[in-house]
Amino acid sequence: MSTFEPTLLARVGKPESQSLETYRRDGGYEGFKKALGMAPVDVVNLVKDSGLRGRGGAGFPTGLKWTFLPKDHPGPIYLAINADESEPATFNNRILMEEDPHQVLEGIAISCHAIKSNKAYLYLRYEYGRSYRVLQKAIDECYAAGLFGKNIHGSGFDLDVVLHRGAAAYICGEETGLIESLEGKRAWPRIKPPFPAIEGLFRKPTIVNNIETMACVKQILDRGVDWFKSMGVPPDPKNPRDPGSYGPKLYCISGHVNKPGCVELPMGITSRQLIDEYGGGVWKGRKAKAVVPGGISMGFLSADELDLPLDFNGPGKAGCLGLGTAAITVIDDQTSMVDVLFNCARFFAHESCGQCTPCREGTAWIHKILARIRMGEGQPRDLDLLSEVAGSMGIIPGTTICGLSDGAAWPIKNAIKKFRPEFEEYIKTGRKTVKSVDALMEVH
Amino acid sequence: MPTVIVNNKPVEIGPTEKLNCIQVAQRAGDEIPSYCWHHDLSVVASCRMCLVEVGEKKPDGTIVMQPKLSPGCQTPVKDGMVVVSNSEKVLAAQKATLEYLLLNHPLDCPVCDQAGECGLQDYSYKYGRGYSRLQEPKNIKPDKDYIGDQITLFTDRCIMCTRCVRFTREISGTSELQVVSRGTHEEIDIFPGDPCNNKLAGNVVDLCPVGALCSKDFLYQQRVWWLKSKNSVCPGCSTGCSITVDQNEDVLYRLKPRENPQAQGSFMCDEGRFGWKYVHSDQRLTHPEQRSGGQTISKDWDAVLPALRSALKDAVLKNPSKLAVVISPWATVEEAYLLAKFAKQISPNTRLALGQVRVDGEDDLYPKDIHGKPALPTKFTIRAEKCPNRRGVEAVLKQIEGKVVPFSTILDQVGRGEIESLFILGGDPEGAVAAADVGKLDKLKLLVVQDLLVSPVTAKAQFVLAGSAWAEKEGTFVNHAGLAQAIYRGLRGPEGSRPDGRILMELLGRSGLFHASTLRQEIAGAIPELAALIVGDLGEDGVLLSAAGKAELQPVG
Repeated sequence: MSTFEPTLLARVGKPESQSLETYRRDGGYEGFKKALGMAPVDVVNLVKDSGLRGRGGAGFPTGLKWTFLPKDHPGPIYLAINADESEPATFNNRILMEEDPHQVLEGIAISCHAIKSNKAYLYLRYEYGRSYRVLQKAIDECYAAGLFGKNIHGSGFDLDVVLHRGAAAYICGEETGLIESLEGKRAWPRIKPPFPAIEGLFRKPTIVNNIETMACVKQILDRGVDWFKSMGVPPDPKNPRDPGSYGPKLYCISGHVNKPGCVELPMGITSRQLIDEYGGGVWKGRKAKAVVPGGISMGFLSADELDLPLDFNGPGKAGCLGLGTAAITVIDDQTSMVDVLFNCARFFAHESCGQCTPCREGTAWIHKILARIRMGEGQPRDLDLLSEVAGSMGIIPGTTICGLSDGAAWPIKNAIKKFRPEFEEYIKTGRKTVKSVDALMEVH
Repeated sequence: MPTVIVNNKPVEIGPTEKLNCIQVAQRAGDEIPSYCWHHDLSVVASCRMCLVEVGEKKPDGTIVMQPKLSPGCQTPVKDGMVVVSNSEKVLAAQKATLEYLLLNHPLDCPVCDQAGECGLQDYSYKYGRGYSRLQEPKNIKPDKDYIGDQITLFTDRCIMCTRCVRFTREISGTSELQVVSRGTHEEIDIFPGDPCNNKLAGNVVDLCPVGALCSKDFLYQQRVWWLKSKNSVCPGCSTGCSITVDQNEDVLYRLKPRENPQAQGSFMCDEGRFGWKYVHSDQRLTHPEQRSGGQTISKDWDAVLPALRSALKDAVLKNPSKLAVVISPWATVEEAYLLAKFAKQISPNTRLALGQVRVDGEDDLYPKDIHGKPALPTKFTIRAEKCPNRRGVEAVLKQIEGKVVPFSTILDQVGRGEIESLFILGGDPEGAVAAADVGKLDKLKLLVVQDLLVSPVTAKAQFVLAGSAWAEKEGTFVNHAGLAQAIYRGLRGPEGSRPDGRILMELLGRSGLFHASTLRQEIAGAIPELAALIVGDLGEDGVLLSAAGKAELQPVG
């Protein structure tokens, strides 16, 4: 691993890394120029061949998503960039946007050319003030340099990039919630089908991609498919539907480690490697009790599941929802899983958009039950109730419109399954970690 | 024909019909419970009450079911589709959804207006769990009586189906209601200072499947199981909305729209909904009266009616062409027919005319756009013509008088002394004669007024007949589009008043009871334009006059 050279983060930390001047000096926007010389369909095929899968969490193959757009559509077609990075403990997009915005913008420009879109909306989460300023400055630079605007490089290709700042809600990271929010509405996810590629923003075909995906597109244009496929995990021969997990990935490390941060590594590293080799080990000399593989909505890996590769398939083998955002949160052995789970539940109860009944009421109920358990008033049957409630919500059973609910339910199901004795012990001993239920129910 | 299999029952659908699972199940006689879905509003599929299993019957006969539950409202059916709404999986999902909906719902049914007609009660009973596993405190949200002049919101009863929000966005177009906050804390609310007072606002109360949105007018007035409902037609304008009249012990409590695609659709306006208060006005006429020189001679029906008949005959004997009879567009077809017959019985020269047709501005079309202008397609119209039956009365007049004489002509003729005796059949709560015109009647030698409220005109009359409001009688109204709908007697009028049809039967000297169905058949034979009434019973949705066949319609006049 020590021979691995970061590409996505290559410019991060260099002086003036945000400026167009340094970016161009490092060969920036050559990929875009190259793409403009190619037919859009060739760019789509290139990305398709690379096996690039969306970095936002679900891991849907990016090139394949692009092909879902209607053929010969008169337009407009929109590209919406999902920079509503609101999964707890995830900050890889932020680093890209704050430190190397032009890499992202170049990826956007290339992607727009590929999908024949002349307008990209960059939906940025409200909390990222610095990203907003850096990105806006970078966009202004691009317009001034003729990289965005009308007839770029005499190619006849027009491109406008609009930076839109959200109003701080987790649900805006759901692609149709994001689209509704962009349209100025309450971010209630839409019923699918129609998928955004058919009818999205302003009822026009729309592709929604993640920031890191855009950076990967740029790197693929620069370095080629073979470079991208030279790292990662090939498809599982036993699973015909697995397209493999190729390319570099930004892993975020947080929680109880000595050295939290964001590192770029080939797909398929294990949690143990991340903790020990890049995170400086678990803090205070303790051991890891559990690890969140990629955002809390993916569930938990227990201490004996830390050697699973963190590719798109790995965490699923341990009963997690998926790789998610590849942001690991380490939980040490001195931490109560009841407390961890309560914190998760509080987050999702706060962030449920409130559209579908099971999620709106279920997330809040789970939060209340866990609050009661922490008050020392838990009963053994609560664990089954929690599992039942969690099991009844989400798009997997088909009871909700979007996947927020699955993400809210997964840590509950996972934790109770993997750490049940700890929960039972907690309830049995009537341990009371908080005095007043009011303090617990403070969501806002 | 495309066929869908619902709970093992094959259901045929039309080749171009667009139905969802709920509708196709209805056709199979099965209920798929739902809250947020309403056929006149957009589909949001958010309440998750209508979850069903769907699948497909392959050509080889095998059935492949989808592993996930699907919302029935959002899933269109097509040929060969299989819908299952009674499997264990579906029942479990229904149970779970109801448990969720009840988690924070206060069980205040004993003091809730909706109890007895509540979607949450009914479905809990049918599909629910019967007990709650919630041990924690419920959410408490503030009641909002500021939400509208006519509506109030019991926020904690709300199940967030957002029907009301979609109504104000899609049907009225006024967008006052919205969802604020998020998750389990979300509430229906208005923008501060912009209450939901559009002219269709009352419909959100009907749309609310629970007791969250309540009508201030009806609030705490009655338990709904005491109410008796009769089908009727709103007389407020010529749209002729199908409604029900809900009363208890002869007291009218509320009007509710009744779905009728041939008339107005599913809704009604607030003008009509709350415009019935005159029915119980203390100004109602409660007895007939014969007066002479300012003195009351009799208040007894048995004396007044014969006296009236002979007074009219005397008038005709003196001058056969100076009697006119005015029939209000508030009269039913049957009343117009009986009165016209009576008029011609007194003298073939009696002039017949249409009563005052009140017109208020222009037709009010909904939905509105953000500038308050009507937006297309039109989904609801409050018509400027404020009477229920101009077309029906005109049809009678055209046949029997040969033409439709407007009331203004009669007033002119009274002024010129060409008419000395006048019989006015009213019904309009605003009065049979506009205030400005009442003085023109001073020249009359004989004035007969059959109406329901005391007015300057009744004060002038030598004969006053205490008639009935529309809710107190049966008959037929023909709306602007020529739809003949039946109204039924929902309640009895004040003691001493009589249904207008009965009064006219007696004047005409007809024996037997006033019976609208029989009369309709007689009218259908006598008046070709009303030939469609031959069915007698007009059904719930009414009959289009044009349905009798264009060939039978004779141009008159």
